[in-house]
Amino acid sequence: MNIKRHLSDAFLLDYAGGNLSEGWSLAVATHLALCPTCRRQLEAMEGAAGALLEKMPVEANATDDSWERMKARLGGLQAIEIKPEPPREPVKPGILPEPLRSYVGGDLPDLKWRALGRGAYQILIDTGDRDTQVRLLRIPAGKPVPEHTHEGCELTLVLAGSFRDGEDLFARGDIEEADDTLLHQPIATEGEDCICLAVTEAPLKFTSWIVRLMQPILKI
Amino acid sequence: MTQPDNNNVSATDISQVEMMRLLVIVGQERKVEAFELLFRHYSPRIRSFMTVKTKDRQVAEELMQETMVAVWNKAAQFDPARGNVSAWIFTIARNIRIDAHRRKRPVFEIDDPAFVPDNTPSADVEFEQAQDAGLLRQAMETLPADQFDVLKRAFFDDVSHSVIARELGLPLGTVKSRIRLAFEKLRSALEGRR
Ligand SMILES: [Zn+2]
Repeated sequence: MNIKRHLSDAFLLDYAGGNLSEGWSLAVATHLALCPTCRRQLEAMEGAAGALLEKMPVEANATDDSWERMKARLGGLQAIEIKPEPPREPVKPGILPEPLRSYVGGDLPDLKWRALGRGAYQILIDTGDRDTQVRLLRIPAGKPVPEHTHEGCELTLVLAGSFRDGEDLFARGDIEEADDTLLHQPIATEGEDCICLAVTEAPLKFTSWIVRLMQPILKI
Repeated sequence: MTQPDNNNVSATDISQVEMMRLLVIVGQERKVEAFELLFRHYSPRIRSFMTVKTKDRQVAEELMQETMVAVWNKAAQFDPARGNVSAWIFTIARNIRIDAHRRKRPVFEIDDPAFVPDNTPSADVEFEQAQDAGLLRQAMETLPADQFDVLKRAFFDDVSHSVIARELGLPLGTVKSRIRLAFEKLRSALEGRR
């Protein structure tokens, strides 16, 4: 696989810091499973975080008490044999990598698609994250992605086939980051249906709008 | 501003080598003495990390203890060829913090048959990993204050880059380009050695 379209540093940094919500993280982690290049960037970011951790201020005279507590806990822990994880059933190499495969409950042949019209299909993916809408799309070869309006950011990860957006070609493993300032019209390449994971900002609902307003105040 | 000197072995590089040695001993031999040395170095730093967000020392102490228990339990999984100790401990502390907020962060699995492995050789000499940690630390010190500030917020304040932009009253594009410039510098510092 030769991935040409990668995640931006901004998205990777949010993921490295643990600040990316579940829906976006699902697309980021699935791209990372396919992309050693972005995994190396992630490692450099975690290295930078480690360097900052080394420079954190150190409170004097607190360590002895903390160590006494830790020692008491370790006494209990040592008695517990850490069991190795049971071997999992071998899975045949497939199209959908983890973590995506578990989210949709299987690999491509197992999926139950819902028709969107004009030969396109989708599967809505449940996450605990109300800020995003996550779906698997199957676009017939040579056809455009249907009903393509969204507010804010969108991540599209190609899993099978490919699509063109203007001059750019996106194939398996490639990820497109689009925002609402960019007019884009992805069209599946001729010859093979295109299957991709698409994450968009959820349509703003009244409740989530209130939560957004309150966030900086409550620091939640 | 000093340029990173590749031949100069700093004290922090040596301490990273020492931390790596201790962590490997904890993983292989379950030695409490080695763990105590790790604990005395990292626990105050992890407590500070946890305090930034919670502002509550008791909660921070508890999250630090959880982190160090996880370090003890997972020490055998630490692979000196794949990273340095402070980065590894950061990821454990980060995950404990995510769990504490009951958030979910999907992760890739290296045992998954669809996972695409990295075929380029990694630094497999332990000292090189420790030296990388030193180079990163030095390179961080040469970052412009505005770039350094964005990285610090991203790792410690528990906020996304769009929230950082809002807090600083900056356009999203400005924050994105600060992040990109900062990591370009850090990456070139690492590549300069190889
Ligand atoms: Zn990538």
